Order: sequence, then C-alpha cells, then structure tokens
Amino acid sequence: MALKTEHFVLNLGPLHPSTHGVFRLRATLDGEVIVDIEPVLGYLHRGIEKLAEGCTYKQNIPFTDRLDYLASMSNNLPYVMAVEKLAEITVPERAEYLRVIMVELQRIVSHLIAVGTFVQDLGAMGTPLLYMFREREKILDLFEMVCGQRLTYNYMRFGGVSHDIPDEFLPALAKFVDRMPGFIDEYDQLLAENEILLARTKGVGILPKDLAINISASGPVLRASGVKWDIRKADPYSVYDRFEFDIPTGSISDAYDRYRVRIEEMRQCVRILRQAMEQLPKGKVLTEVPLKLRPPAGEVYAHIEAPKGELGFYLVSDNSDKPYRFHIRAPALINLTALRQMLIGWKLADAIIVFGSIDICLGEVDR
Amino acid sequence: MTVALSGKEMAGKLEAQFPASIIESSRASLIVKSEFLLRIAWYFKATPGFDFDYLSSITAVDYGNYFELVYHLVSLEHNHSLVLKTRCYERDEPVVPSLVSLWQGADFQEREIYDLMGIRFDGHPNMKRIFLWDGFQGHPLRKDYSDGT
Repeated sequence: MALKTEHFVLNLGPLHPSTHGVFRLRATLDGEVIVDIEPVLGYLHRGIEKLAEGCTYKQNIPFTDRLDYLASMSNNLPYVMAVEKLAEITVPERAEYLRVIMVELQRIVSHLIAVGTFVQDLGAMGTPLLYMFREREKILDLFEMVCGQRLTYNYMRFGGVSHDIPDEFLPALAKFVDRMPGFIDEYDQLLAENEILLARTKGVGILPKDLAINISASGPVLRASGVKWDIRKADPYSVYDRFEFDIPTGSISDAYDRYRVRIEEMRQCVRILRQAMEQLPKGKVLTEVPLKLRPPAGEVYAHIEAPKGELGFYLVSDNSDKPYRFHIRAPALINLTALRQMLIGWKLADAIIVFGSIDICLGEVDR
Repeated sequence: MTVALSGKEMAGKLEAQFPASIIESSRASLIVKSEFLLRIAWYFKATPGFDFDYLSSITAVDYGNYFELVYHLVSLEHNHSLVLKTRCYERDEPVVPSLVSLWQGADFQEREIYDLMGIRFDGHPNMKRIFLWDGFQGHPLRKDYSDGT
C-alpha cells in the first residue's frame, strides 16, 4: 500500500537571516522540492510615495535615502535628476563628476554586500563577508568626509551636491582606487573556484534571456542572463558618455553568473572612478535654486542604472511646491517577479541561494 | 541614447488599425481608451520595427475625475521608448485590462496599483493586495483617502 502524502506549507521569514531583511516566502513543498512559492511583502512598507506627496521637493531627498539604504547615493541621483529635468535646472560639471564618483563607489558598496551575504548564505561564514566589509568601511569613510554621514547621505541637491569635497578626499580616493583591484583579486582567489560555491550555484536558478526581459528584470540579474543592457550605456545620463567601460554579461544565466557579473562590475567601477578623478574639473558644485521650488506643471521620468537595476522616478507636478505624484520604479521589487519561476521544481536549500543571487533590499521593495 | 518615440506619430500609425481608439496624443505620450489597451499593447510588442519587448514601469495617477495609468515601454533591440497611457473614469469599481499576459513584469506592479490606488486589473492571475494586509480599508494613494483621523 502506497503511503499517503500531502504538500506542506513552510513560512520562511520574515525574520530569518537569509531573507536579508523582512521578507517572507511562503513555500509549498513536496518533501524537499518546491511546488509553489509566494513572496509576502509589505513588512517594511512605510508609504513613502504617499508621504512624499505631503512634503516639498527638497524635503523628499532624505526619503530617497531610505529606499535602498545600502545604496543611498544611488537613490538620491534619479530623484534630483527628475526634478532638474522638470524645473530645467542645470548642474555644474564638477557636480556631475562628483555624482558619478559617489554612485560608482556606492555600486561597489552594494555589490560587496550582495556578494558577501550571498556567499555567507552558502556557508562561507564570516571570512569573505568581513573582507568585503573592510573595503566597504573605506568607502563609508570617504562618504563621511564629503557629507558627514555613513549610511543615509542626503548628499545630492537640485542643481548639484550639498558640499564640495574636502582636500583629503582625492588622495584617499586615489589610494582606495589603487588598492581595490587587488582586493577584488583576493575575493576571486577565495571564492571564484571554491568547490562549494561552484557546486551550489552553477546551473542553479537559471533565468533564461527571454524570460528575464519579459519579467522586466534589470541590473545584474538581467545582464547575467546575457542581455547587454546597461542604462549608463543605453541611455547615458550625467557624464557617463565620457567614460570607457565594459558591460559584463553572463552566458548560463544561473546564480553563479549573477555572482560573476557583480564581481566584474566592481572592476569596471574602479575603471570609471580612475577616469572621473583624472577628468574632474574645477568650479562650483551647486547652482542657485529657489528654496521653495515650484516646477512647472508636467510630468517626468528619470532613471539610472542603480546597483540593483533600473531605478526610476516618475513625478507629476501641478506647479505647487509639493509633488502631485511621486512614484518609484523599484528594481528589487520587479526583479523578485522572477523568483517563482526560478524556484519551482528546485529544492528548498536552493531557494536561499537563488533569492540571495537576486540581491534585494527590503527598504526598496516595500517602500 | 534611448530615443523617445513621439506619441503623436504613433497615434497616426494606430489610427488605421484601431479606429477611434485614441483619447489624446502628444510629443511625450499616447493616451488610448482602456478597452483597446491590450490590443494596442500587443501591437506595439509584436510589430517588427516597434518590438517593445520590455515593460519598464507601470504606475497610476489619481487626477480626481479619472485615473491615469502610465506604461513605460522600451525596446531593448532598437533602444527606443514610448509612454503609453490609458484612463479610467470609474471611481467605485475601476477596472482596466491586465498586461501580465504580455509582460510578466507587470505582475507585482499591477498588484501594487490595486493595493494603493484601488484599480482592478482584469485578467491578472493573482489580483490581491501586495503591501497592505487583506482587511485594510481603502487605497492610500487616492487623493480622497482618509485614515479617519
């Protein structure tokens, strides 16, 4: 007589170290095999889009810091870009370069945490993550020099950035840029050919190219699926058209490719930083903008290639000092759409790996 | 540089195929009637030369007497984009067609709009709240929303 079996529902999270925040996954299991999953979101929903409608344009800059709080600089940028487009504000060239320097440093920070926590989920407890936090610390020191903050920077302003860099910034940045490629080699030695990493990520969580496009994936998730699409190249903003860099892509579209793409992107960040430091012009860093900004009525969409993907702001102005509508295109939320199709048929242990390889930040997913 | 296609030009091309389907068109966007949305979206996705394979973002705006849904379409192949919009004049039970059958990327974004703006998407496989809990009253992003305080 055959044993009667039935499916089993397991709640993963919202408080579980591998969920990288307050993410909950309801998995329906057949033994160890995933039959269906459903992400349950909203534990960190603060209603930022609604809050922003009640604050002036300038008051909203700190709100953007609190979206993807591991990449606050990158969140500031598309918002100020959107308002600048709406109100036709020009940005001094030096400020554009400073913005590029900050968001590229921020990309390194975000990828360091993405890769560090990803391998930690694989069982590489502590060592790689702490190596990566060591470099992250150096970048946070740089950020602290320019704006006094280490996590939520509130550095960018309409028409530029809040402060010019202090004298000690460029030497410290030069030192960092010189040493970083060596550190990336170090991670590679530690991880790239590690047998456990290879065994658990190669061929796991495959997201085929067509599906990646269809689910509107962006950032490293899209590029690891073999799509050469980077907004810095496809729709250059700020001064990105002046730099030479490559777009790393994957070929197998698995979790390992997503890991590789992030590592390679860090090398490209260093390349961009070098060029930006060489080209950095002198001059002022902020255009005069009225304290109570009232952009003309209209709508605007501005987007950038944030560490996690396409981060966009859609603003509607009714010529008052507050935005009429403030919408954030959150890459992490949309990348999560792929999770279900990547996981069905795989073992529960793989869910942690595949989820980690997407790299989300709940502050941005829930908003 | 991503080329933003003119909504006005697109309207001219659509007129023959879908007569009386356009509400308004401008340089920046193309606004179509919601009953034509699915067919027009499919047309933009499948017609060679447009090839809008990527639905970058969806959002909704409450303008008081109507809701406006904004779709940012991108073609990765041709590197051009189009802002497609539709309107919904109903307030009590607003419904527009879902685009999940064309772009699965619409899934969570349509649920978000349903949750926060209260617009139902016809044809969505899992039309329920995404951020707020099931017993929540009202849809906060509506301009007339009040939490009772």
